[in-house]
Amino acid sequence: MAWQADIGLEVHVQLRTRSKMFCGCPNAFGAEPNTQVCPVCLGYPGALPVANEEAIRLTVRAGLLLDSTINLASKFDRKNYFYPDQAKNYQISQYDQPLCSGGHLDFEVDGAPARVRLTRIHLEEDVAKNMHFEAASGIDFNRGGTPLMEIVTEPDLHTPEQALAFLQALKQVMQYGEISDCNLEQGNIRCDINCSVRRAGDSALGTKIEIKNMNTFRGVFRALQHEIPRQIRELEKGRPIVQETRRWDDDASRTESMRSKEDAHDYRYFPEPDLPPVRLDAAVVEGWRASLPELPAARRARFVTALGLPEYDAGVLVADKEVADFFEATLKAGAPAKAASNWIMTELMARMSATSEAISALRVTPAALASLIQMIESRVINGTTAKDVLGIVLAEGGDPKVLVQQRGLAQVSDAGAIEAFVAQVIAANEKSVRDYQAGKPAAFEFLVGQVMKLSRGKANPQLAREGLKKQLG
Amino acid sequence: MDALHAFTVGEAARHVREGTVTSVQLAEALLARIAKLDPTVGAYLSVDRDDVLRQARAADARRAKGETAPLLGVPIGVKDVLNVKGQPCTCGSQILAGYRAPYDATAIQRLREAGAVILGRLNMDEFAMGSSTENSSWQPTRNPWDTARVPGGSSGGSAAAVAADLALATLGTDTGGSIRQPAALCGCVGLKPTYGRISRYGLVAYASSLDQIGPLTKDVRDAALLLNAMAGPDPMDSTTLKAPPVDFTAALGRDLRGLKLGLPREYFIDGMDPEVERAVRDAVRQCEQLGATVVPVELPQTKYAIATYYIVATAEASANLARFDGVRYGLRVAGDDPIELYERTRAKGFGPEVKRRIILGTYVLSSGYYDAYYLRAQKVRSWIRAGFDEAFRRCDALLTPTSPTPAFRFGERTDDPLQMYLSDIFTVTVNLAGICGISVPCGFTGAGLPVGLQVIGPALGEETILRVAHAYEQSTDWHKRRPPLNNNG
Amino acid sequence: MPDAASSGFDVAYVARLARLELADEERARLQGQLEQILAYVDELKNVDVSGLPPMAQAIEACNVLRADEVKPGLPHDDVMANAPEHRMGQFVVPRIIE
Repeated sequence: MAWQADIGLEVHVQLRTRSKMFCGCPNAFGAEPNTQVCPVCLGYPGALPVANEEAIRLTVRAGLLLDSTINLASKFDRKNYFYPDQAKNYQISQYDQPLCSGGHLDFEVDGAPARVRLTRIHLEEDVAKNMHFEAASGIDFNRGGTPLMEIVTEPDLHTPEQALAFLQALKQVMQYGEISDCNLEQGNIRCDINCSVRRAGDSALGTKIEIKNMNTFRGVFRALQHEIPRQIRELEKGRPIVQETRRWDDDASRTESMRSKEDAHDYRYFPEPDLPPVRLDAAVVEGWRASLPELPAARRARFVTALGLPEYDAGVLVADKEVADFFEATLKAGAPAKAASNWIMTELMARMSATSEAISALRVTPAALASLIQMIESRVINGTTAKDVLGIVLAEGGDPKVLVQQRGLAQVSDAGAIEAFVAQVIAANEKSVRDYQAGKPAAFEFLVGQVMKLSRGKANPQLAREGLKKQLG
Repeated sequence: MDALHAFTVGEAARHVREGTVTSVQLAEALLARIAKLDPTVGAYLSVDRDDVLRQARAADARRAKGETAPLLGVPIGVKDVLNVKGQPCTCGSQILAGYRAPYDATAIQRLREAGAVILGRLNMDEFAMGSSTENSSWQPTRNPWDTARVPGGSSGGSAAAVAADLALATLGTDTGGSIRQPAALCGCVGLKPTYGRISRYGLVAYASSLDQIGPLTKDVRDAALLLNAMAGPDPMDSTTLKAPPVDFTAALGRDLRGLKLGLPREYFIDGMDPEVERAVRDAVRQCEQLGATVVPVELPQTKYAIATYYIVATAEASANLARFDGVRYGLRVAGDDPIELYERTRAKGFGPEVKRRIILGTYVLSSGYYDAYYLRAQKVRSWIRAGFDEAFRRCDALLTPTSPTPAFRFGERTDDPLQMYLSDIFTVTVNLAGICGISVPCGFTGAGLPVGLQVIGPALGEETILRVAHAYEQSTDWHKRRPPLNNNG
Repeated sequence: MPDAASSGFDVAYVARLARLELADEERARLQGQLEQILAYVDELKNVDVSGLPPMAQAIEACNVLRADEVKPGLPHDDVMANAPEHRMGQFVVPRIIE
């Protein structure tokens, strides 16, 4: 009998702000433990929160990008539960008036369009980090109190592949919107999974299992690959699913039940008395809407229709916002689209994957790449030289034009000089000349190669061919 | 010249300004008096003598350089619920044993900017929960007028210190009457400003939407002086009001002609102490003689105020006090897992009243009871505020007793929490509505216990209530009387 | 509004939520006292609250926000000086078992 899985995600996205959600401590990764803390984010007696306006703007921006309804009237609430990673033993979050409601994200799974509806997007403070010693745990509050956006989806996903594609698409939107760096290694984006299964055709959802604290997209994919069949196996054995929270054990490749906290669900939400409500100005929100960046799907379509790129190229370029930005900057600097796309997709992306660097970390600038391409187009250098020049720029930096000039790499297009190279090659390669005249085309290519070699690669290959043909009659 | 400890803030500041007394002299006089009398009164939990004298010397140096500041060199005592950098701040609780504040509360910072010397830490009901200071984990504080009686609470140490001349003025906090009620019971002036008038940053929260810092002083002018120093918006507290700075002393010295004062019927109840009622009614007549028109008003919401208060305040407290868990500061009792650590630390660290309120507050927020208790109380709260709005459309301020009884004996109400809660009946409404109130001495019982008159004003109505309280005070000499304790000193 | 006597007020459950360990004797006393207090606050059920907006705060301000700027925090040593137990710059708790 066929089964269907229904998957919803609660995605936590760390916002790209300078300071924390309710205090002026830095929102930065990697400092020594408990060095980016103050009375507010340590929950010291007497400290009070003050909300970061940029975090509110970024959350609304996320909502605008995801077609949510922006709630002009919003507020913060206290969510009460005791846990060592919480400084106050309550978390300032949003309960019944989140900043954004509804919305959706369109994406593709193996080329087929898909849509996930969003329930809500709200803003809260992140918890601290726990480290485990042998018999004890250590708490570092540097991350405690940093702004965290929670995006809750409807259970519109049905396969691990869809969940993965959704997360990748969501990450792209967050990066495009400059809402979050979405650096997975730094825990910028984490999620909880809600997953249930039902018999195909059943209208009601099955009993849901929550899988908490997923830190990687691959983990989400693998957890679902195991959890969905586990639930189906249980049901087929006649064992009903009991609502519970499970944890994914990546090493053991299985989910396991978390020791249930009998009263963990009574969060006793109530309005945060220390923070006045938020009332967004509709005109301000419209201003934010007007300044939204183009999203990947739209950009990709534009690359195809307006720039004439193949679908494949457009997809590769927009997958990384920085790469697409680099591409457009290269065009602006005067390079034709297809050539720029080729160079970026081959040479630059090869380099990026070899060194795991972002495109912005490479020593080549869009202007440099454009000038390199222009030199090819105007036949100042040929493709082989261009690759060499790019290699130098990547290794040492510098302006390709200056390099070509300084190192005498410009292509030889002077007819007299080429005629001299050709004459020399014909004189030195009698056998090949004979082979060519006997009808062996490979011999001609050999002779072209010899001309190029003699010119140390600088001869204009087209002119070399023409010269050879002419002198060989 | 009076003995230095007997100065008001205004007098002391003037003497320092004129160079007739130094800040060090003031500090030494008070330190000596504390050493002599506080073993009897028990107002102070700690006094950092070296730190006080260091501050006093610094104030004298500022004075020598020609600096002027309104409170330059004046020592002021602080309730143990306000963070003062480098000092303990236990909130009268064992759970904060060992904690040293790493920062100054905004109110403290502003007093320092105004030149004040921060004196010792004053006893209080644990986490400001109580009306007698008997809930302090550390010691009782005695009423200077009768040491067999309580000073009121929760700012009992702050009130007793002013009454016994152990400080020229003190800071207290008021969540349901915790400044005004002890001021009334100890015969001093206590001002609860409008919610948001003074920053709460650095005030350890009991009930965030109700708490306010305020002064306890020997006269009304001093209350205005301290309010001048502390009032105003603070970027560290989102709930401070944006009201422009005002010189609150400017409102003083006028009579009451042209003012309409309301007398709420519900504040003169059966079971009220007849001596208290008589003193307050006399004071009302005195206000009329000073030119005020007195009109009856009705505040039918009053009888629901205590119930509303105990739901709203305890709900907020249950969250505010969750942070005391033995992990980052304060007391810690070992446990095998974090939950056990919390449960044991909190069991040992909190006293019975605090536990009672945490449990009540947790319950009224819990699943299934939120609407019935907490949400309903929030709605009644808005009705209480609407009642005051209505009253203030008809009059400029209200006159009421501050407390239904004078100071009571130790242990008299400790067995019956509800009876103790009812001590706040005339004061909690002001906190629920977020408005302002002041208690000013208005007489004594036959047994020599002080009685307080409460003047209630609308939001940001401090100038009016200070004017009324000052005009009344200056037409009597109640505020000049000193407890018998003082005669020994 | 539930009637206190039948409200199912269970001091043990609530104390667990609030992370308060109670001795038996303490639990029994609190159960009684709180039932009495709840019976008293039940008087609020006599108020017609329809049409009354809930009042969560005593001020009517909104949008009190701060600019996204970094401010100095507390020195690490001061933070650790207040910590009952710390190790390698971190607060220590008994091992967390999830």
